[in-house]
Amino acid sequence: MIIEKKIALIGNPNSGKSTLFNLLTGLNQKTANFPGVTVEKKTGVFQIPAQNGDSLQIEVTDLPGTYSIYPQSPDEEIPLSVLFDKNNSQHPACTILVADASNLKRSLFLCTQIIDLKIPVILALNMMDLVKAKGISINTEKLQEELGIPVVSMNALKNQGVDKLKELLLSDVLLKKQGFIDIQEVAGPLLQKASVELGLEDPYIAFQTLVNLGFAKLSGVEQSRIQLFMERNPIKTDSLQAKETLRRYELISQLLTLCVRKPLEESRKNFTNKLDKLLIHKIWGYVFFFGILFMIFQAIFSWSAYPMAFFQEIFGRVGEMINESMPEGVLRDLIVNGIMAGLGGIVIFIPQIALLFMFITLMEDTGYMSRGSFLMDKLMRRFGLNGKSVIPLMSGAACAVPAIMSARTIQNKKERLITILVTPLISCSARIPVYTLIISLVIPSKSIYGINLQGLVLMLLYLLGFIAALGSAWLMNFLIKAKEKSYFVMEMPIYRIPQMRNVIFAMVDKVKIFLFDAGKIIISISIILWVLSTYGPEKKFTEITQRFQTESMHVNKKESQELKKRMRAEKLEASYAGIIGKSIEPLIRPMGFDWKIGIALVTSFAAREVFVGTMSTIYSIGQEDTGISGIRDKMLNEKNPKTGQPLFTLAMGISLMLFYAFAMQCMSTVAVVYRETGGWKWPLIQILYMSGLAYAISTLTFQLLK
Amino acid sequence: MNLSELKKGEKAIILSIDESPIRIKLFEMGCIPGEHITLENIAPLGDPIAISVSDYKLSLRLDEAFYIQIQKVSTEQEPQAA
Repeated sequence: MIIEKKIALIGNPNSGKSTLFNLLTGLNQKTANFPGVTVEKKTGVFQIPAQNGDSLQIEVTDLPGTYSIYPQSPDEEIPLSVLFDKNNSQHPACTILVADASNLKRSLFLCTQIIDLKIPVILALNMMDLVKAKGISINTEKLQEELGIPVVSMNALKNQGVDKLKELLLSDVLLKKQGFIDIQEVAGPLLQKASVELGLEDPYIAFQTLVNLGFAKLSGVEQSRIQLFMERNPIKTDSLQAKETLRRYELISQLLTLCVRKPLEESRKNFTNKLDKLLIHKIWGYVFFFGILFMIFQAIFSWSAYPMAFFQEIFGRVGEMINESMPEGVLRDLIVNGIMAGLGGIVIFIPQIALLFMFITLMEDTGYMSRGSFLMDKLMRRFGLNGKSVIPLMSGAACAVPAIMSARTIQNKKERLITILVTPLISCSARIPVYTLIISLVIPSKSIYGINLQGLVLMLLYLLGFIAALGSAWLMNFLIKAKEKSYFVMEMPIYRIPQMRNVIFAMVDKVKIFLFDAGKIIISISIILWVLSTYGPEKKFTEITQRFQTESMHVNKKESQELKKRMRAEKLEASYAGIIGKSIEPLIRPMGFDWKIGIALVTSFAAREVFVGTMSTIYSIGQEDTGISGIRDKMLNEKNPKTGQPLFTLAMGISLMLFYAFAMQCMSTVAVVYRETGGWKWPLIQILYMSGLAYAISTLTFQLLK
Repeated sequence: MNLSELKKGEKAIILSIDESPIRIKLFEMGCIPGEHITLENIAPLGDPIAISVSDYKLSLRLDEAFYIQIQKVSTEQEPQAA
């Protein structure tokens, strides 16, 4: 028989909670968002065989790291609501508090609050190896006796103590009636009154209901009754919270003198302090930090090119196979050009996401992330960003998709949102094909003072992306209202050797999130775009097909190839995408664009580099000579029908490049922003902002330069 | 004096924390009256700073350190580390 049971892991950040979670569940885990907020919800399943032949199937939720049950934001209310609200779908039968045993005080603060809320809890003293190394001894029996809850000492890294923990999970954890803190002592007679009037039996729960807004919602008491009580009995919630906190620490200190023995002389010059001398040094600190950023950039820019090419190759082959084995028709076209193209467009991001999160997990697991943040905080704060925003911004120079996913490391909601909103303004690698094509059209290939003009323009475009991102961040810092204050009070954990298991699991996790959450949207948009560019009003389409059929009867093989290309171009022009492109011509005219570019703007909403492909179709260049030079020559000869001058002038070229520098034009980014912000509000605002910015700047540039 | 005035390497005892939105947060993180602290690092641009408090390192901005009232402990009196 299989008995099901739910448990939850809670603990301070850096307490080794994820290591234990990964150890317990292996790859049987999945990540989603908690409903309504963008807090990661990690759940996993594992089994424990019981002695009587039954088996216990345990579903474990890894709650976000927290220091206390006093939430500072709606996001921080999550752990409390899971633990306390019996109607919550993740509500556990038992909670495991993972504590960094080498820093027990802060963990016990959270642990005793949970004890006082009468939630069944097991204390897992993790990282016992560090405790030994520091020469500290912990009397776990005494600790267990004093706290009245089961205590397990363990080392999740080395798989020590896990069996003992599993054994404890087999039986029910008994609840202690008596709380850790005597809350009456803190809050006085007021509490008794509250208990009676609000019908809350437990004094500590009554206390939390009064002082903790996040908790009041969970207490089961009507809000209006709480409000009424507060009006009749004015209390200073802040000072009561402070009083509770101080009293709790006092009791914990007493407890620790009973149970923990520390060596008198702790060696101050430890490894972490020595390493910090170097890593947050005013010169070497930045050298190291930018060295790492450069490596990350290299990794997602060039290393990932090989696996990406491999994926492209596979998708190309499969497409060919389907092309050969299926009869010509709509279905084949949908599969090859709609679905396969969409799938290929999703899979192509896997190497970049995996590599970026390899670096990020390494930085977080070693403890370096907080140092990088420490170095950059003052600079980034001015723009309403966070020291950690540097990583998404720099990664955005390769690709905005993994970069936006990496903004999750930023705890502050507003800073994370601004980072997500401005990251796509940084010029990414998908803009390069567009830039190179247009640069080769309008910028002469010559050197001035030994500097290649074309290279200079490319560099300026990249620079412009950074300026636009920081400027927009500065602007949004004023426009977006913060519900929570930005603070930097955070732990700088000691340096540790990273765990390969954590790194690999994080990579797998992020790739899965992207494939399943963002992937759906990308596939849908790419099918819509395929329909738009393949179908059009039927009359026109049949007319084109018939005309080319009659023509192709009288020509040889080579000429027939030419005809096919022309037919493709004409069909695109007659398609819905073509109609949209033509109808927006008046709108894009001020930027210097004609309807052909209009069509490319529509199709390249999928991804910027599609611009080049669409241009080659419109100028009826075949698959065999899609090289940039082929398109370039055709486009160079293109004349403006009104003036007879070349269409691609310097003014128009620069205007077009600026448009691609600022406009969103990337459905994968839209999909990822939707996933990361938990709704359509922010991606839509972002599209409007970026398109508006692109339109304004391109129009201005074209009108000034023409 | 408050924590933002402490120099690198100097030690102090926390006296109190002014009423502020981050008061509870600082308490939770172990910055409670009576705790011994040492200013360990100052970021190259002068802000934020890192202190050691109750056996770990905590980083905070100067305008947060401003709320923490301290009393300096002269370093000479401390026993030399072995």
